[in-house]
Amino acid sequence: MLEIKNLHVKLEDEDKQILKGLNLTVEAGKVHAIMGPNGSGKSTLSYVLSGRDGYEVTEGSATMAGEDLLALEPEERAALGVFLAFQYPVEIPGVGNMTFLRTAVNAQRKARGEEELSAAEFLKSIRAKAKDLKIDADMLKRPVNVGFSGGEKKRNEILQMAMLEPKMCILDETDSGLDVDAMKLVAEGVNALRDEGRGFLVITHYQRLLDHIKPDVVHILADGKIVKTGGPELALEVENNGYTDILAEVS
Amino acid sequence: MGLADVKQSATEARLAALRLPEGGCLAAARQAALARVQTLGLPKRRDEYWKFTCPDTLTEADVTKASVFVSDEVPMFDDFDRLKIIFVDGVYDADASDDLSLEGVTIDRIADICGQDIHWAKDLYGVLEARGQAPVARPLAALNTAFATDGIAIHVTGTPSKPINLVYLHSDEMSDAMVHHLVRVEAGAEATLLENGPGASRFNTCLEIDIADSGKLHLVRAQGRDHERRAANHMFARLGKESVFKSFTLTVNGVLTRNESVIELLGDDAIAHIAGACVGDGDFHHDDTVFITHDAVNCESRQVFKKVLRNGATGVFQGKILVKEGAQKTDGYQISQSLLLDGDSQFLAKPELEIYADDVICSHGSTTGAIDEEALFYLRSRGIPTADATDLLTLAFLAEAVGEVEDADIAADIVARLEGWLSRRR
Repeated sequence: MLEIKNLHVKLEDEDKQILKGLNLTVEAGKVHAIMGPNGSGKSTLSYVLSGRDGYEVTEGSATMAGEDLLALEPEERAALGVFLAFQYPVEIPGVGNMTFLRTAVNAQRKARGEEELSAAEFLKSIRAKAKDLKIDADMLKRPVNVGFSGGEKKRNEILQMAMLEPKMCILDETDSGLDVDAMKLVAEGVNALRDEGRGFLVITHYQRLLDHIKPDVVHILADGKIVKTGGPELALEVENNGYTDILAEVS
Repeated sequence: MGLADVKQSATEARLAALRLPEGGCLAAARQAALARVQTLGLPKRRDEYWKFTCPDTLTEADVTKASVFVSDEVPMFDDFDRLKIIFVDGVYDADASDDLSLEGVTIDRIADICGQDIHWAKDLYGVLEARGQAPVARPLAALNTAFATDGIAIHVTGTPSKPINLVYLHSDEMSDAMVHHLVRVEAGAEATLLENGPGASRFNTCLEIDIADSGKLHLVRAQGRDHERRAANHMFARLGKESVFKSFTLTVNGVLTRNESVIELLGDDAIAHIAGACVGDGDFHHDDTVFITHDAVNCESRQVFKKVLRNGATGVFQGKILVKEGAQKTDGYQISQSLLLDGDSQFLAKPELEIYADDVICSHGSTTGAIDEEALFYLRSRGIPTADATDLLTLAFLAEAVGEVEDADIAADIVARLEGWLSRRR
């Protein structure tokens, strides 16, 4: 699904290298988790994959289903099936949540040469999905993320993911700012989307989220590189011993 | 020559090109207005309230040619049930207009009020305009009172079943028109007034609105789509106890627009909302100049002005809230914002508060900025192409102003037209 080879990324405005030769392959149907200390490059990886400005790829590649992801605009990546659940979802005053989602769904369908969803089809679909995530009608009507609590924002990200049905889901610290119940709800939303045609990259600091979203593979990212890869037990090791031991072991 | 001499000679040149309509019951009001023009002199750029907007093409003796904009778009309000009153280049067109009779309201042409005994109109003509000359002079409004050749008097005594729509068609590319309307809303009465169209190549309008206790007036204006027209519009409103006045103006295109609004809250618990949305591309200069006076207890005023500017367009906002001594419990709000879609456009703002009461809430804010990059990326990351995402954010920016329009159908129509304007600029 997603293949990243020797990826080197620096900040555009600063002479600061963030990713230093990252290799990662996420297969369809699998959940990969990336853990790592602060400043290791986790969020940069998610932004570079989704096409945010401000980063410069100096070496390496990222492809999805054979397409050169890095050559595409953010909207083209989205239409191809890349979805980033933001660590800090953006508030957009004046744009209704529902209008936003319908515009997004239909823009992607249009880009893929598919028929646009009618208002009725869209409504039916979003109502069912919103209900599963305990998102009420009022939240759908309100401007995107404006006045939403931390938990509501994250649930709204998962609702977008459910509506857009991406092939490659990247979750950037989706657990941050969530209480236990909210995390469970979000995890259930993610688990409902687990499918053999869909890959997941779950970026997190803590093992807690991975209790609910069971990963197939766990990677440790440090100083811009993946330094260790293992099974779910690796996440437990981090939880119990912190990163220091692992980093000492690999250096 | 000093400023006074320059002004005087320019004023004389303009007045020499005009003829005061003779006789009639408004003769005294017109003479008094002419005297005001002569005393004040027509505006020059060096006047404090014209420093952001050059008034020359509005005051010159000769009109500047303005081609007539032709569009296949359905004219604004055409799909709404309304009483339509048509002016072509500022002249009332009886044949094209609807019959003026409507329950709850009496409508007369200004030219006809002298033949009838319409005291309220004679007593209002030029009165609010004259009150509005201090502390800031508005000589173009006095010029209008003196020389306007047409207009209507609307007397609202009940609750008319449909809005009254003044339609201003532009047909002659050298047209130079002044119209003056009067609106009196009686106690407890309520009406909606719609205005649309560019009016003339050079259009000077004056609308005097007198709302009695607990009367209500809703006003929605759309100023046409002509690019080359120039307009100076004046609105003077006086509000009685517990009355409500809500106005919204949509401006799309126009090389020069000056919209002046002067509102006096004279009765306790009155509410005045005044809003505007404008979108300009290139040779576009749009000026909102607002003066709201609180002179009663527990009144609310709200100003919401939003401007979208691109390709060197200019937006101006001069807004003042004056809270007089004793106007306690005043709630005044003022926001003026511009969205600059490129680095060539500019927004000039002068928000002012002057408060002489000690128990009031007054807030004002003015901002100018570009499209929010974070929001743009968020939308694009969901698959919305840059151009669509930019339009979505632009409409979102305008939403607070359009939200001031109470009629949901009219508001939706305004949004659709703004979408059209944006989509034509892809």
